[in-house]
Amino acid sequence: MLNSRQARWGGIGTQLFRLRALIVLFVLAAAFAALSPAFLTAGNLTILVKHVAINAILALGMTFVILSGGIDLSVGSVAGLAGIVAGGLIHSGLILRAFGIVIYFHTWLVVLIALLAGALAGAINGGLVAHLRVAPFIATLGTLYVARGTALLISNGATFPDLAGRPELGNTGFLWLGAGRMLGLPVPIWLMVACAGLGALVAARTPFGRRVYAVGGNERAAELSGVRVSRIKFAVYVISGLCAALVGVIIAAQLGAAHPATGETFELNAIAAVVLGGTSLMGGRGSVGGTIIGAFVIGVLADGLILLGVSEFWQTVIKGLVIVLAVILDQMQQRYSRRAAATRS
Amino acid sequence: MSKAVLEAREVSLQYPGTLALDGVTFRLRAGRVSALIGENGAGKSTLVKVLGGVESPTRGSLLLDGEPIALRSVRDADSLGIGMIHQELNLCPNLSVAENIFLARELTTHGLLDSTAQHHRAEALLARLEHPIDPEALVGDLPLGQQQIVEIAKALARDVRVLMMDEPTSALSPAEIAILFRIIRDLTARGVAILYISHRLEELLEIADEVAVLRDGRLVAESEARVIDTRWIVEQMTGRTSAVTDKGPQAPAQAEILRAEGLSLVSASGKVVLQNASFSLRAGEILGFYGLMGAGRTELVECVMGLHQNASGSVVLNGQCLDGQATSSRISAGLALVPEDRQGAGLVQTLSVCGNMTLASLRQCTRGGWLLPGLEQAAAGKLVTDLHIRTAGIQQNIGSLSGGNQQKVVLAKCLLTSPRVLLLDEPTRGVDVGAKREIHEIVRKLAESGMGIIVVSSELEEMLAVADRIIVLSRGVITAEFDARQATGAALATAASVQPELEAGTRQC
Repeated sequence: MLNSRQARWGGIGTQLFRLRALIVLFVLAAAFAALSPAFLTAGNLTILVKHVAINAILALGMTFVILSGGIDLSVGSVAGLAGIVAGGLIHSGLILRAFGIVIYFHTWLVVLIALLAGALAGAINGGLVAHLRVAPFIATLGTLYVARGTALLISNGATFPDLAGRPELGNTGFLWLGAGRMLGLPVPIWLMVACAGLGALVAARTPFGRRVYAVGGNERAAELSGVRVSRIKFAVYVISGLCAALVGVIIAAQLGAAHPATGETFELNAIAAVVLGGTSLMGGRGSVGGTIIGAFVIGVLADGLILLGVSEFWQTVIKGLVIVLAVILDQMQQRYSRRAAATRS
Repeated sequence: MSKAVLEAREVSLQYPGTLALDGVTFRLRAGRVSALIGENGAGKSTLVKVLGGVESPTRGSLLLDGEPIALRSVRDADSLGIGMIHQELNLCPNLSVAENIFLARELTTHGLLDSTAQHHRAEALLARLEHPIDPEALVGDLPLGQQQIVEIAKALARDVRVLMMDEPTSALSPAEIAILFRIIRDLTARGVAILYISHRLEELLEIADEVAVLRDGRLVAESEARVIDTRWIVEQMTGRTSAVTDKGPQAPAQAEILRAEGLSLVSASGKVVLQNASFSLRAGEILGFYGLMGAGRTELVECVMGLHQNASGSVVLNGQCLDGQATSSRISAGLALVPEDRQGAGLVQTLSVCGNMTLASLRQCTRGGWLLPGLEQAAAGKLVTDLHIRTAGIQQNIGSLSGGNQQKVVLAKCLLTSPRVLLLDEPTRGVDVGAKREIHEIVRKLAESGMGIIVVSSELEEMLAVADRIIVLSRGVITAEFDARQATGAALATAASVQPELEAGTRQC
């Protein structure tokens, strides 16, 4: 039995350990700020956060999937597909050859259709995993290829350029999603803040969120508690698909062009952010806040290393080492808290 | 009397929260069959684990031929000739029969697998067991009974001096049991010491030379098997110091609240798990289901909860037919289950005490779709007080609680759904005596408040103490029904060992 003093110090130690991702983030930021005068400038920070936003939104959807005990490898491809859908509809419109007509939609309708395409891809993942019981790794690997192939088929491998739209077609304003500003900050950053806030609330403060944790922690116990496990599993893949589609739209709007190869290997960065944020790949443990911090760690690391002139090859090596280190720390915390629990009882 | 081969001397084993073994001294003698008897949680399996090198004792020592030994792993035990047949089958379903038999001690020539030699040796072993199973068949394709034979062959393939069998017959037919007994006689004639665990008392008395009884982690009685009968065993198992308080007067009969008709279930391997079980439960009544391992007790309550898609039969709750409804709908209708496997099916280990409690009733803790921590904590806090759950706080990890308190958390989760009928599957397995008494008291209070309660247990004492009425299952069939006031341990044990006749067209593996 610990006495209260030991318990208090043990408690603070545990708290610090739990906040390690945040501490790592501040240490990194402080180090880069000291090493490079360019780091702590408004311009650099805005670019940094804009980059982080892309990965953070992808990782947000991924967090729900991983919390439920699954994985979504298709997010990068789905982002690419959604970008192509949006870009194609703005640039060339919906071409109905049979009737010889071309339909141009309003910008917001285009965005909605692109998001629905992402949700559909997510629904296919969800259906495969929840109802046909395909292993999440396999199901989403399949979707990774199918979504990428579909994007290439739609654009015939080409890029849809010039997404500014034309006033006479009523489809201008798309670029605002990528390049616009609100209250001085780029729109993608606001989108990330909104998604992260909503995601954190849903995860922590809704029955749905709690059920996602329960399914990832012990599927059978969740089922016996009346949780409709397959619905929860289906829903998390739809959420992930939606997040991926939003990212695809943002990237197309930032570039003013939609490229079918957009988002390749993005799924790996998203998984890395989730894992760095302390979410267990076994499911049931983790948080949205952690994921956002994880995305920032990756973003700060990349940005700072570029500013310091570290070669791109070294950057990749360092990123890999940081991820593995984070997981080792996570395992240590697991063991520590289990031991603490055993001592208490 | 022949000399002791393997001996546990003053062995104690402390698990977090419970003392699983308390100063047990126990000997296995060459050429003798020693039966170990006790209720669930008495420490039988734990003792076997200590003797087999799975667990290291906290105190005490192990001796082989009078020399102290330290068993750090199953491999250590294996190399000393101590073999074990587990209660749960330890076979790889993706490997063949021969590959399983020789797993981790493969026959090789020049470092390469000698499949032909393994095939022939496996064939010879299986022939000795009078079961000519194809050594190349995948274990996963075999029915459970044959898998059990493979498990036995695996133990025989090692030249064992001591063989421990934990419930080896639970998946076997009578004919297969007879063969197993012949093998056991054959082994003892060659000087092998056998440790035999079974809940089937008649079977024990048939095969055992000596009997030892464990209760609450202590060895309470030992005897030569030929001078005792099942009554003696039941008395020793349950003991005089009762963990259970006396029942109050029986409540007046109330209206029927649950009715099950013709519940039947056939397992994936074609074994009849449950056949045509019908029963009725009144409000305020505690109905007990007693039976041995594999009798279909757990499956019965699982069928009521709608957990087996291929089950047939009908369940009516309070006049509402539940057939075809999913588990979640049945919970909304007023059923709740405290499952047998607390860790595997009762708790979400990654959630807090509070999170586990409110998991089945999250809707009650929401306003406008958002979970309110205040409402959750109020709901959980009330039950922590009501059920006397000892926890450092409801935000603690569930793993920090003792077994008894974890079980109360599962119970609290069920109660928060305000059930009309509560199903309790082995509600006091692996909990200490104090928590057991508390849980029994809670169950009785709930019944007094008008809830219908079903208790499934393999403990005779618990059955007799808690239930108003007891239904006995044997191999998937209801074989007897008793008023708890007239029932005796011996009568229940006898009814549980009955070999029911299975209907034509169904087969038992």
